[in-house]
Amino acid sequence: MPAVSKGDGMRGLAVFISDIRNCKSKEAEIKRINKELANIRSKFKGDKALDGYSKKKYVCKLLFIFLLGHDIDFGHMEAVNLLSSNKYTEKQIGYLFISVLVNSNSELIRLINNAIKNDLASRNPTFMCLALHCIANVGSREMGEAFAADIPRILVAGDSMDSVKQSAALCLLRLYKASPDLVPMGEWTARVVHLLNDQHMGVVTAAVSLITCLCKKNPDDFKTCISLAVSRLSRVGTPSSSLGRQELGHGHHPSWFARWAGHSARCVPFVSPEDAAVKGRLVECLETVLNKAQEPPKSKKVQHSNAKNAILFETISLIIHYDSEPNLLVRACNQLGQFLQHRETNLRYLALESMCTLASSEFSHEAVKTHIDTVINALKTERDVSVRQRAADLLYAMCDRSNAKQIVSEMLRYLETADYAIREEIVLKVAILAEKYAVDYSWYVDTILNLIRIAGDYVSEEVWYRVLQIVTNRDDVQGYAAKTVFEVRAPLEGVSGRGQWSLALLTPTPVHSPPVQFSLLHSKFHLCSVATRALLLSTYIKFINLFPETKATIQAVLRAGSQLRNADVELQQRAVEYLTLSSVASTDVLATVLEEMPPFPERESSILAKLKRKKGPGAGSALDDGRRDPSSNDINGGVEPTPSTVSTPSPSADLLGLRAAPPPAAPPASAGAGNLLVDVFDGPAAQPSLGPTPEEAFLSELEPPAPESPMALLADPAPAADPGPEDIGPPIPEADELLNKFVCKNNGVLFENQLLQIGVKSEFRQNLGRMYLFYGNKTSVQFQNFSPTVVHPGDLQTHILSGPLAVQTKRVAAQVDGGAQVQQVLNIECLRDFLTPPLLSVRFRYGGAPQAFTLKLPVTINKFFQPTEMAAQDFFQRWKQLSLPQQEAQKIFKANHPMDAEVTKAKLLGFGSALLDNVDPNPENFVGAGIIQTKALQVGCLLRLEPNAQAQMYRLTLRTSKEPVSRHLCELLAQQF
Amino acid sequence: MVNKQGQTRLSKYYEHVDINKRTLLETEVIKSCLSRSNEQCSFIEYKDFKLIYRQYAALFIVVGVNDTENEMAIYEFIHNFVEVLDEYFSRVVSLMIMFNLDKVHIILDEMVLNGCIVETNRARILAPLLILDKMSES
Repeated sequence: MPAVSKGDGMRGLAVFISDIRNCKSKEAEIKRINKELANIRSKFKGDKALDGYSKKKYVCKLLFIFLLGHDIDFGHMEAVNLLSSNKYTEKQIGYLFISVLVNSNSELIRLINNAIKNDLASRNPTFMCLALHCIANVGSREMGEAFAADIPRILVAGDSMDSVKQSAALCLLRLYKASPDLVPMGEWTARVVHLLNDQHMGVVTAAVSLITCLCKKNPDDFKTCISLAVSRLSRVGTPSSSLGRQELGHGHHPSWFARWAGHSARCVPFVSPEDAAVKGRLVECLETVLNKAQEPPKSKKVQHSNAKNAILFETISLIIHYDSEPNLLVRACNQLGQFLQHRETNLRYLALESMCTLASSEFSHEAVKTHIDTVINALKTERDVSVRQRAADLLYAMCDRSNAKQIVSEMLRYLETADYAIREEIVLKVAILAEKYAVDYSWYVDTILNLIRIAGDYVSEEVWYRVLQIVTNRDDVQGYAAKTVFEVRAPLEGVSGRGQWSLALLTPTPVHSPPVQFSLLHSKFHLCSVATRALLLSTYIKFINLFPETKATIQAVLRAGSQLRNADVELQQRAVEYLTLSSVASTDVLATVLEEMPPFPERESSILAKLKRKKGPGAGSALDDGRRDPSSNDINGGVEPTPSTVSTPSPSADLLGLRAAPPPAAPPASAGAGNLLVDVFDGPAAQPSLGPTPEEAFLSELEPPAPESPMALLADPAPAADPGPEDIGPPIPEADELLNKFVCKNNGVLFENQLLQIGVKSEFRQNLGRMYLFYGNKTSVQFQNFSPTVVHPGDLQTHILSGPLAVQTKRVAAQVDGGAQVQQVLNIECLRDFLTPPLLSVRFRYGGAPQAFTLKLPVTINKFFQPTEMAAQDFFQRWKQLSLPQQEAQKIFKANHPMDAEVTKAKLLGFGSALLDNVDPNPENFVGAGIIQTKALQVGCLLRLEPNAQAQMYRLTLRTSKEPVSRHLCELLAQQF
Repeated sequence: MVNKQGQTRLSKYYEHVDINKRTLLETEVIKSCLSRSNEQCSFIEYKDFKLIYRQYAALFIVVGVNDTENEMAIYEFIHNFVEVLDEYFSRVVSLMIMFNLDKVHIILDEMVLNGCIVETNRARILAPLLILDKMSES
């Protein structure tokens, strides 16, 4: 090996580099560079034509300067000139410069393309390689267009050298990834597959990369490659490692094998189960590798063991990917287990990571669990934080009902000493595990409280909300939770304080006498943050309702100067409002307004969503990848404190508006007490919402989704600025509820929030309907870009006309003035029967902030009912005709409303059917008949409703000539009673 | 390839990154590598990538890969690369890498193409380079 001299011929470059190195300061360095740049510029600009050597030298210098982090804005032309040189070194530097510095959309591309074309045609393998490298490195669309047709030809040409084939394959891969449409599929694909049998390893690995990518798009074209790949793999792996070791002996690196296995791994989905022989060979091959990994190391050199381990890990990931061979999975797990105590940190890290994926496979979950002690030990003693994090991940993955208690308690213990970087994640994980595998709720409450005690500052709001949701939903734990909170309250401060008050807010507890409770609460009042104090005030007013004996004390507190004249507007307002409320309102009003919170509807844990968010795309382990659900983040949209979209009005203006007449448009009577509570917090509807402060968001999070909740709008998962007209967000959570109100009636208020009220008036005849929508602007500010649109779900792209309903809408004015109302007419034609109502998407800009929400339009199939009168005889005859089991739908359900015959009658008539008297022998029962009119067909429909006053139950039976209609009508109607 | 002072000695991208963002990226990457101690493992999760690094005297070699790559293989590849450099320069020092930037690039191009490791045999990697050297000598 010849000793290489400094700079090797390019003296100028060497001098320049030493100069830079000798620079004492940054300034001197920049000065030297500027001098050199000026020099090069003048040389390039000069009249004297430069020879290839000096061009090369200067371009090299530019490269070096670029490397030091300076922008290079000239010299491209000279580099392109170098491309056409005949000397390899000059050409090489030219290509180097271009691949490092030229970005995809440079205007020089055409010149470069020309040079590349010449080189590709040159038949000189080294030049061809350089050109191919350059195409691969730049990979722009223009290059793709110019060369996509040529490269496959080069790739499969019989006379191409190995190195050229290899470059061509990888170059094609790059072009295919950048712009798949440019690469023509053709007969060459079949010949690419045969490259797998090539003698040259480089060609094979390159071909594997290419084929793997092509496979994804055209699995059918490449079916043949699988058996070839597997047999090649077994040839490499099995013959008692002769080939493998031989290659190692040559200083050959085994990474190609690892790649190889990895690529086959990605081919595996295409292995169909009937290829038993192929599968058998693959399994056998994997076993051999595992066996080999067990052998004692042949050489002491660390590289060899590293190489071996690389193969092992790749094999294991292939096994995991394959995920159908329990034996292999368990073996893999055991071998990884040995690595868990290996003295090399790298191996421990990788072992933990692979185990994490193993834990998610049903076959190896149990095997992974046997290593629990080692993992816990790793969590405690490991010196490297990233390894500890992996250990925590693994614990999370292997957790199930049997070991949840142990794992959670270990994680809690670890939390006390954990690094700050991973604390929050661990907190989330503990919270999720505790919830998911909680056997009894007292354990859950204890765990969470412990969690808060240990890592108070790291417990995010989401965890709190979730705990509160759970506690609220479970009556049996409320008492226990409240008691525990009161007992341990001494060490709890800060964040935990907030939760404590909220618990008290929700839970009337028999533990202490009310005055004691109150004084306990109030003793820490002055230490709390504003947000907590606001909650605390709400708690007090609830106390007044629940325990009248505390009224005097609390009123005194509220009246105190520190509250009534508090500098914080929010606190002041609350104090004033509550004080007046408590003294003015009668007990009945208080009880309604401050009614206990109803349970929450079940939904996905907000903590889980947060953990997923935290992991971020691509960063998560494979485990999370598997479970990630792209839409899940939206579900809990309401949890995130949404930036305020409403300006805060002057606080004093409407303070007394609280006791003004009910809001101009009275909410529908069925709205629950929870809505009233929100109204109390926000002032009446006439007044625009206060800027939603965090605790406001918190409160509305605690509320059940209610039509009037001010946060309903903000919680809508469409906060994105001005979404295009095409994408319609999912309906707001309460859309179904709203829809139900309109099953039996045609007119009313469909939706109302702080900004907007939507009223509906509709009439239907046969299969036609007309609906008037009234949009009322409740604010004093003009709405901009107001655009309500009707869409049929599932048909977002195509036009409405192709759906089961034809809906004609008239456009409304884009501006709605403050306090004004605009009307929109919808003409509806029912073409065939349908189950899902159309969606009404309303979007507009209010004070610059885009607002958008989606409702369900109150058009249900029963609107197209035509009542039919018939005699008892006819009825029974038809009833019998519809006797197929699928034509009948029956539901037995508990009454949600008082069972009043008159109301029921009205509802059934509103539903659309005719009521037939004297048909049913039992006069208590209701019998109805009607025909659903659609353009395509008519659906005859008979119904029978049997109330049972004693049991407070109904039995509803529907028979129609069309099966889905029966079920749908049955469900619709059942919700009405 | 970065030295302990955080100066980049060689960088190569296989996916297009804006030129002005590169410096920033490199600084962040080397910062996260420098902040680790010897007993920590050689893999760092950085944004969507995994960084794999090895330290040779004052020189860090950092490779960023996506999560489908085999960490151990890359880890060994770094060593392989250094071995090749060592063989070619007969006892490589960071100075030589600086002065022979073009050669190092050639070597890297022989080993890695378009982000894929294509050649690991030392003799085969160096063959074209040695021919070149011979040509320039004669």
